[in-house]
Amino acid sequence: MALRFEVLGRFNRARAARLTLPHHVCQTPLFMPVGTQGTIKGLTTSQLEDIGCQIILGNTYHLALRPTSELIDDLGGLHKFMNWPRALLTDSGGFQMVSLLHLADITEEGVTFQSPVDGKPMLLTPEESIQIQNRIGADIIMALDDVVKTTITGPRIEEAMYRTLRWIDRCIAAHKRPNEQNLFGIVQGGLDPVLRDICVRGLVDRNLPGYAIGGLAGGEDKDSFWRVVAQCTAALPEDKPRYVMGVGYPLDIVVCSALGADMYDCVYPTRTARFGTALVPEGVLKLKHKAMAEDTRPIDPTCACMVCKKYTRAYIHSLVTKDAMGSQLLSYHNLYYMLQLSRNLHFSIIEGRFPEFVCDFLQKMFPEGDVPEWVCNAMEVAGINISPCCALLSSSRQYFSSQGEKEFEAEKLSCQGEKEVEDEKLSSQGEIEFEAEKLSSQGEKEVEDEKLSSQGEIEFEAEKLSSQGEIEFGAEKLSSQGEKEF
Amino acid sequence: MTKTAFGFPLKHSHIKTKLAASLGGGAETTTTITSMKFSVKTWSNGKARTGLLQLGNCPSPIETPSLLLSTRKGLPLFISPDLLPSLPLPDSYLLQFSPLHFLEGLSTKTIAAIGGLHQMLGLHDYVYAAVLRDPIQCLPECDASNKFGASFETPCGRVLVKPADYMDMIASMKPNIWASLADEVPAWVSSKRNRTSVDRTVKWLDECIALGSAKAAGGALFGAIVGGSNIEERKRCAQEAAIRNVSGYWIGGFGLGESMDERPALLNAVTVSFKLTRVLFKNTDYFECFIFKAKGEWLFYCVRLEIHAACWMNRVVTVVCIVGSEVMIEVRDAGCQDSLQEEKPRLVCGLELPEEVLQGVAAGIDLFDSSKDATPIVQNCVCYTCQNHTKAYINHLLNVHEMLAQTLLEIHNTHHFLGFFRSIREAIKEGRFDLFRQMFVQHRREQLAAVAVCA
Ligand SMILES: [Zn+2]
Ligand SMILES: [Zn+2]
Repeated sequence: MALRFEVLGRFNRARAARLTLPHHVCQTPLFMPVGTQGTIKGLTTSQLEDIGCQIILGNTYHLALRPTSELIDDLGGLHKFMNWPRALLTDSGGFQMVSLLHLADITEEGVTFQSPVDGKPMLLTPEESIQIQNRIGADIIMALDDVVKTTITGPRIEEAMYRTLRWIDRCIAAHKRPNEQNLFGIVQGGLDPVLRDICVRGLVDRNLPGYAIGGLAGGEDKDSFWRVVAQCTAALPEDKPRYVMGVGYPLDIVVCSALGADMYDCVYPTRTARFGTALVPEGVLKLKHKAMAEDTRPIDPTCACMVCKKYTRAYIHSLVTKDAMGSQLLSYHNLYYMLQLSRNLHFSIIEGRFPEFVCDFLQKMFPEGDVPEWVCNAMEVAGINISPCCALLSSSRQYFSSQGEKEFEAEKLSCQGEKEVEDEKLSSQGEIEFEAEKLSSQGEKEVEDEKLSSQGEIEFEAEKLSSQGEIEFGAEKLSSQGEKEF
Repeated sequence: MTKTAFGFPLKHSHIKTKLAASLGGGAETTTTITSMKFSVKTWSNGKARTGLLQLGNCPSPIETPSLLLSTRKGLPLFISPDLLPSLPLPDSYLLQFSPLHFLEGLSTKTIAAIGGLHQMLGLHDYVYAAVLRDPIQCLPECDASNKFGASFETPCGRVLVKPADYMDMIASMKPNIWASLADEVPAWVSSKRNRTSVDRTVKWLDECIALGSAKAAGGALFGAIVGGSNIEERKRCAQEAAIRNVSGYWIGGFGLGESMDERPALLNAVTVSFKLTRVLFKNTDYFECFIFKAKGEWLFYCVRLEIHAACWMNRVVTVVCIVGSEVMIEVRDAGCQDSLQEEKPRLVCGLELPEEVLQGVAAGIDLFDSSKDATPIVQNCVCYTCQNHTKAYINHLLNVHEMLAQTLLEIHNTHHFLGFFRSIREAIKEGRFDLFRQMFVQHRREQLAAVAVCA
């Protein structure tokens, strides 16, 4: 075991801890930005240090393809390769094979997939995954698991769970650097509490340095989502870190932290930045909206990041979806927002004001008191009284629609497994960016489509709205049922 | 080579004062229009010169010849503002932008409400120079230009910019330096079209001056000089600009189809339309100066300083500068007017390759608008990129099309190009610019040949 996990403060199930990893001492709750290819969207490692990033997630599948784990090993490991002095985590690579490659096939031996290089069938076994991750050298490495969509039911879920348990032993046996790298096991079992329970107990028996809750953030309904998290966090050991994979949106992180989870990763902050969306306490701010062109306020007046200190919404509006700098600056702000959220969670727990923080957070995001029911349910289980920020919906709804123009300023984040399809064209250098990280390590699917004509913006957006019935105003056209999705 | 003392504090300041008075500000002249100051410090091999450019908001003076970093909407393409200071300072304080960039999404009204470009970009120490033409995205479209305004192809389509539109942009953006509106034409246009381009550019200069004061635009105006590949038109435009109230000169119409070979003559026509010789004397007693004419060079003798403006064989002789035991005099054809006054900075657009920059420096250009040179990552480079990252990592980022590759390469290339300008300045100060240029061009040729062989 190459980590120390010390809980510094608690509020009911929520905890704030010091997680000492070989390369960095981290504070939990902890958001881990995704640096798929050994970099995060145009930001330098010194900028990431500036904004308080403690740990970066790298994708084994991509790194093994290019530049290859052997090269990374030759050059002294991923830390040295990307010149990142702080902590790193790599996933097993299995998830991305299954989700990116149509021809992937999972057998007892491992994941068989077609090589994207020469098309030949290749096999990723648990041993191979660990070997690659040993070469990459991250502080935390993930076991290869049998990934299935949470929306699938039936015997396949059970098979995957048991296979994940069989594979963890092969991973443990293959792990050659247990004193420098921490192997985390992944709890599977879909939405079935019995299967989840068997998996948790099986993994806890192996006494691993940390545990992840996998198979979520894949489009399951939010109520099922938080119940799985709550069940797993309750059953996992108190003295080990708990990582909810592929989560998530700011609201998800607050809820999961209240339920006792510690670590999160999501591509959302950087991906959404590329399409001109900023994360703000009220939800999201769409900077490509025409109204932004004359808005001389910062993105978030309460944000202390470099971008909010220097730039107006109007200036960012002129950059987004047109210049690379637009996504660079928005990624900077969005990551700062997530890292600041992590810090706020940590200190509010330590300072004994966690419920106040949660209420404040919910009040800003749902000023009319329309906190989603799943959040209310989860907070009840977490023992956090959020009644001060919940109100009767009927009166506030009326008020809300009379405030029509407020809508485009700060749209609420849809928290219902939002599916977006985006396709982006960067105009500045005629560069078409290849987006290899279409999928995050655990299942977020976001697809957006955006076409920019040189003579003016023709915008078409297909978004599936949450069951909250959010109404979007402005130039955006939406398909009422999301049937025009790609 | 002995290093000249020019540019160092004067030992005989009383003599300098006396000289300056008698020469009407001839020695160590500085121009103060708005808050820009410029002074020429050293010459080498004819017209190559170093100078100091000072701007009110910029913490330290900037040495010329110098590079203006090209920007997109006020920021370098991939270098975010927190990374900008990693470039060498004060060399990297000069930024150039095209007001046309902001047609994409920002009105002049909003920019004015924010308080201008420095405020909007949060770069208060930096120097912004506004030039409509941007070699990548806003190219002049001479067929669509007319007597009312200049036309450009931009990401927002084709736009016609009239002097009044342009001055609205300048008044709202408040750049430190701005070039007047020009009707730029490529080298192949008819002589009639070329003449029209000079006529319009001069007319628009007058309109920009008038509108600029009416709108209280501020900033240092650089008079635009065009004239295509016609030497006489170039001279005419330069002389027209020189007699107007401008703080500097913006030399346009280059990089538009003229050949590398014809360029020196065109540049020289602009910077000096008379024969000018500067002679630097080292280790002499300035009370007894000698100017020699050997191998066709000047020979001149003066016993006392009072003949600083003497006439000799139909040449006007001016003492330009005296520092310690060094004397510099200027000799030129009598009756010829200084077409671009020496003390005003000259900014050129369209010379991008290092060889082209050297042509410009040789002709007395002080400021250059952008660079096209990509320097390979080399050992011993002290830039942020090379200090922090390996070639292997940058190659990987390029292979997987990650944006950070562009950021790191832009930092490295800019660093190198700024370093190139620094060596140019050093060579001028040491009086060996021609040698430096020869060596540089030869070295580049060998390098390119080696690369070709490898490929
Ligand atoms: Zn911010
Ligand atoms: Zn370098």
